[in-house]
Amino acid sequence: MTKKGLFLDGVTIALEGRVLVSLTRRVAPGEVLTVMGPSGAGKSSLLAYLGGFLEPAFTAWGRALVDGVEITALPAEERHVGILFQDPLLFPHMSVAGNLMFALPESVKGRAERTRHAETALAGVEMAGMGDRDPATLSGGQKARVALARVLVSEPRMLLLDEPFSKLDMELRQQMRMLVFSKARESGLPVLLVTHDEADAKAAGGEIVRIGE
Amino acid sequence: MLTRFGPLITILLLTGPIAFGLAGTVLPAFGFLPVLGGMELTLHHFRTLFSQPAILTSVAISLTAGLVTALFSLGVVVLFVAGWAGTRLFGRVQHLVSPLLSLPHAAAAFALAFLIAPSGMVVRLLSPELTGWERPPDLLVVHDPMGLSMMAGLIVKEIPFLLLITLAALPQVQLKETRMLAASMGYGRVAGFLLGLWPAVYRQIRLPVFAVIAFATSVVDVALILGPMRPSPLAVRLVEWMNDPDLSMRYLASAGALLQLGVTAAALGLWMGLERVGRIMCIVGVEMGVRMRRDALLRGAALLAMGLAAGAVFAGLATLALWSFAGLWQFPDALPASFTLKSWMRALPRIAEPLYTTLLAGLLATLIAGLLAILCLIREEETGRRPRRALMLLYLPLLVPQVAFVFGLQLFLVYADLLATLPALVLAHLVFVMPYAYLALKDPWYAFDRRYNQVAAGFGKGRWRRFALVRLPMMTRAVLAMGAIGFAVSVGLYLPTVLVGAGRLTTITSEAVALASGGDRRIVGVYAFWQMLLPMLGFGVATLVPALIFRRFRGMQV
Repeated sequence: MTKKGLFLDGVTIALEGRVLVSLTRRVAPGEVLTVMGPSGAGKSSLLAYLGGFLEPAFTAWGRALVDGVEITALPAEERHVGILFQDPLLFPHMSVAGNLMFALPESVKGRAERTRHAETALAGVEMAGMGDRDPATLSGGQKARVALARVLVSEPRMLLLDEPFSKLDMELRQQMRMLVFSKARESGLPVLLVTHDEADAKAAGGEIVRIGE
Repeated sequence: MLTRFGPLITILLLTGPIAFGLAGTVLPAFGFLPVLGGMELTLHHFRTLFSQPAILTSVAISLTAGLVTALFSLGVVVLFVAGWAGTRLFGRVQHLVSPLLSLPHAAAAFALAFLIAPSGMVVRLLSPELTGWERPPDLLVVHDPMGLSMMAGLIVKEIPFLLLITLAALPQVQLKETRMLAASMGYGRVAGFLLGLWPAVYRQIRLPVFAVIAFATSVVDVALILGPMRPSPLAVRLVEWMNDPDLSMRYLASAGALLQLGVTAAALGLWMGLERVGRIMCIVGVEMGVRMRRDALLRGAALLAMGLAAGAVFAGLATLALWSFAGLWQFPDALPASFTLKSWMRALPRIAEPLYTTLLAGLLATLIAGLLAILCLIREEETGRRPRRALMLLYLPLLVPQVAFVFGLQLFLVYADLLATLPALVLAHLVFVMPYAYLALKDPWYAFDRRYNQVAAGFGKGRWRRFALVRLPMMTRAVLAMGAIGFAVSVGLYLPTVLVGAGRLTTITSEAVALASGGDRRIVGVYAFWQMLLPMLGFGVATLVPALIFRRFRGMQV
């Protein structure tokens, strides 16, 4: 039972010998751990370390395990860590459905089956029938929802959220928070959220860690 | 890992031919050339060199050409940018001038020659009404002994180059804000720019300016088309000696190549002196409170010079196109009496092979250069290091006079029995295409949002799939633009083609210049037309292909 979820075991990020973040925490499936702090405090570097993309200027050590698998020992593409940034970052050279198919694991075989998966995922974020659209023609809120559908369809082990709501306007922001957190709970994904918006932290409902203060 | 070899191969590629080439030039200059039995070290060849008729005049022409070209073209560009940057007119002129960047030097020189020659378009338009000339005047306009028309030919070609380089550096400074600040203190546009922004901009374009000087001091193709003949600039005489059937002339050519190195170095040294003068003038200007509030005249002059430089090339290109289709065209008629395809038909059988070589060498060199540039950039990103010193290395082929090292390289190719083979030609072109490929790709490469990579990795995509499915498609436009630039550089290369191709492997450019002395304007027109056409085709492909592939996706449009 204790093996389920995310376990950060002494995860430490340092820049030029100065420790920015050091964390040991457990995040149960469906739960959210919120890391708050001013910019430059190392929030994004923490996510980059877990995702496998830490800038060479930083040094980091410590282990991160998801469901008992030490992801920090794996190359980035084998970690299956889903990331949502403040920009939706939909691939501009693929249709909406193309974006989802790109994320869909290879284990889902057959064109028809893959299309069906993508359709279902789109319907799950109230974007049914929008698969043929060019991502550039979507509204901000629609893009955010496609990005969420895309990350969910990739069957990640966990979610990393890098201030994913900060570029949305007030009304949309609240909707997206609800949607993202409920989807994460539904799928039983442990979530690590970094933000400097107190409202994000409150909506997430989980433990809050403050760094760089 | 593959990417680790990227920088390594690139560095070898940039330094290897130059190092070997210089060695192959320097050693024979001192008498060491075992193939010809030269084993003892001697200064004899330098004595021969300096006893050549009017050799010092040749040196003086080369030196002057370098400095005057750089001074004029940079001056026009600076004043134009200072006076007009940020205006709508500036954008229009920029669009007008940019295509000229891809034009080979030789084609620009032909264009100018067709325009200003005694029987050229300008005289024809004015005659006989204004001049009274019924036949071409006996004036030495082209090939004038002081090299003025040669310098003009260089200047009209370097202006677009320096303008685009300056434009690339402008985003690094706060143009709008500084302009407003300077204006609020009562500075005119030009003075505000020169005193407030220029030093920061110049620092970034210094190496390209040096490259202009190095090129102009050692230019061969433009000099053959427009330059003085008795005596010619130093580099032209060097090439004559290098191609002399009497092999012992190689010693003389080597000694001359060393002299050429000295001339280029001297020009760069003098230029650094000028830089210092400029700096002091800026400081004095600030201290004296120079405002130059009424600079309308200066701005007008800068615009005029810019327009004239671009206009001359375009008018020349039009003239040259006319000639290629001209039937009977008597002086002083402004237009041919008839048009015909005869010249094109006549050139066709001869042009096919050089055309094929041009395409093949250009495409191969560009492909390899592009791959290496990408590998280098990937490697830089992985290590997080952006090597500053490597940038100097990148400019090396552009700073060392071509004639000084390609000649020595030729010697090694003779040894290796590779002279006049396609691989050797591609290698020689690669040395010059590589810097442009890297520089063209660098900014867009770093502008790519790397979070796309992280997103894709989260979906389980390994690095090569991330590259092939995400980054490369998203950068199609930038990669193809890089390709078009590299191809244009290759098409325009004259000296490396002549020395490495050794007359057996020829390109459009080397053939066009070879025809220059023949004086058949119609045939020269056809070749120069191709010279203009090929780079344009490259840029056409680079614009159309991404627009077609991604026509469904608005986020991929410009």
